[in-house]
Amino acid sequence: MAAVGDLQFEEFGNAAATAAENPGATTISIEGPGESPTHQAGLPRGSGGEEDDELLGNDDSDKTELLAGQKKSSPFWTFEYYQTFFDVDTYQVFDRIKGSLLPIPGKNFVRLYIRSNPDLYGPFWICATLVFAIAISGNLSNFLIHLGEKTYHYVPEFRKVSIAATIIYAYAWLVPLALWGFLMWRNSKVMNIVSYSFLEIVCVYGYSLFIYIPTAVLWIIPQKAVRWILVMIALGVSGSVLAMTFWPAVREDNRRIALATIVTIVLLHTLLSVGCLAYFFDAPEMDHLPTATAAPNQTVAAAKAS
Amino acid sequence: MAKAAESLGEPGTTWPRPLMRDLKAVGKKFMHVLYPRKSNSLLRDWDLWGPLILCVTLALMLQRSSVDSEKDGGPQFAEVFVIVWFGAVTTTLNSKLLEGNLSFFQSLCVLGYRILPLTVSMLVCQLVLLAEQGPINFMVWLFVVIVMFAWSIAASTAFLADSQPPNRKALTIYPVFLFYFVINWMILTFTPK
Repeated sequence: MAAVGDLQFEEFGNAAATAAENPGATTISIEGPGESPTHQAGLPRGSGGEEDDELLGNDDSDKTELLAGQKKSSPFWTFEYYQTFFDVDTYQVFDRIKGSLLPIPGKNFVRLYIRSNPDLYGPFWICATLVFAIAISGNLSNFLIHLGEKTYHYVPEFRKVSIAATIIYAYAWLVPLALWGFLMWRNSKVMNIVSYSFLEIVCVYGYSLFIYIPTAVLWIIPQKAVRWILVMIALGVSGSVLAMTFWPAVREDNRRIALATIVTIVLLHTLLSVGCLAYFFDAPEMDHLPTATAAPNQTVAAAKAS
Repeated sequence: MAKAAESLGEPGTTWPRPLMRDLKAVGKKFMHVLYPRKSNSLLRDWDLWGPLILCVTLALMLQRSSVDSEKDGGPQFAEVFVIVWFGAVTTTLNSKLLEGNLSFFQSLCVLGYRILPLTVSMLVCQLVLLAEQGPINFMVWLFVVIVMFAWSIAASTAFLADSQPPNRKALTIYPVFLFYFVINWMILTFTPK
């Protein structure tokens, strides 16, 4: 044992000596433990110049696949297997949420923030919050809109919670499934496409829905113009996050298929937001404004009544 | 049970004794919710009787009294029951998946007992409704609801946060906050027929 240890020590000493003699020779140096978490928490310090490499991470894609293989080693019927999907700290979740709110052109959400550590915490709890935000905001908004009416009786509309849950969770899980299947199929036809794992796609979709939580709360304001402006802003932010994430994955493909994919992604997102607005929030019609603030609208109400 | 009977030495007192012991344990936990203090022994002896009693009481009070307006009304008894238990289980699973140190049933016990302030606010709501429905009553009741909500969260945070890894405390507390918020919303929007 001592001889082996001495041999190793002598090898390192020789390496230093050879480095001093031949500057061109490569020597391996072992870094301290503080260096190891950089692959998770830090920004990519990849090869300099090319935007492609930073976006696609071709240099470290092998490494990340290896790490992914090392991480998920428990069989799927043990609890530890599912714990690997919740292996995130508070600051990581906040970083990912921040990344979904500020889409920077040229930065890929998956490569920048997820980096082979997709989590299920974000998607699940963002969807849960969104379900209740939409249902509660819709209920409040209807209550405020119909406040002055004599014939209106407040109902909690509890059924809408389950409907909202079905819609949001179906969107957050089935659309990524379809997209993942589609990308796999295109990957088999056209080589050299960046491919994302199913969990990474679920992660991107889940975090991109975060912008809708404050949007749903602000939808309580009973002004049509305000609501549609909010829809535009939310769609712009989350749509661009999704588009910039999936553009490198379809870029190599046939031009028309690539464009059709991106357009479909954005279209489905639009459908979700507009559908939620239409179903859960009553239209703020002029007749229903409280009389104290409806002075210019009373003529309209009178005209409609006659 | 046999040992308990032996230690008594009195005839005819075997079967009520474990019942009294359980009731005392449940009562002790209720008092502990009202005055939260760190106590490891209380955590170890978990039981689900308290959460069950609280959940049934809450569901009985929250269910709508008539079946006429089925479409848009408040929740049914079964819906409240399922929401409370499903929410508690999901929140507990979340804290387990984030590598918490409490066992599954201990966390469930802690969360379930913290529903007590919310049940109290529901009782207050019933009393307010018996009285005249004015804006002052509503304000008082809203104040009570908010205070009870903050109390539940503070009581749960004290227990759960200590059992989690230090950089995941917020991740564990947030689902608990959401859970109590939803129950509070159901209480706030309670409209009797």
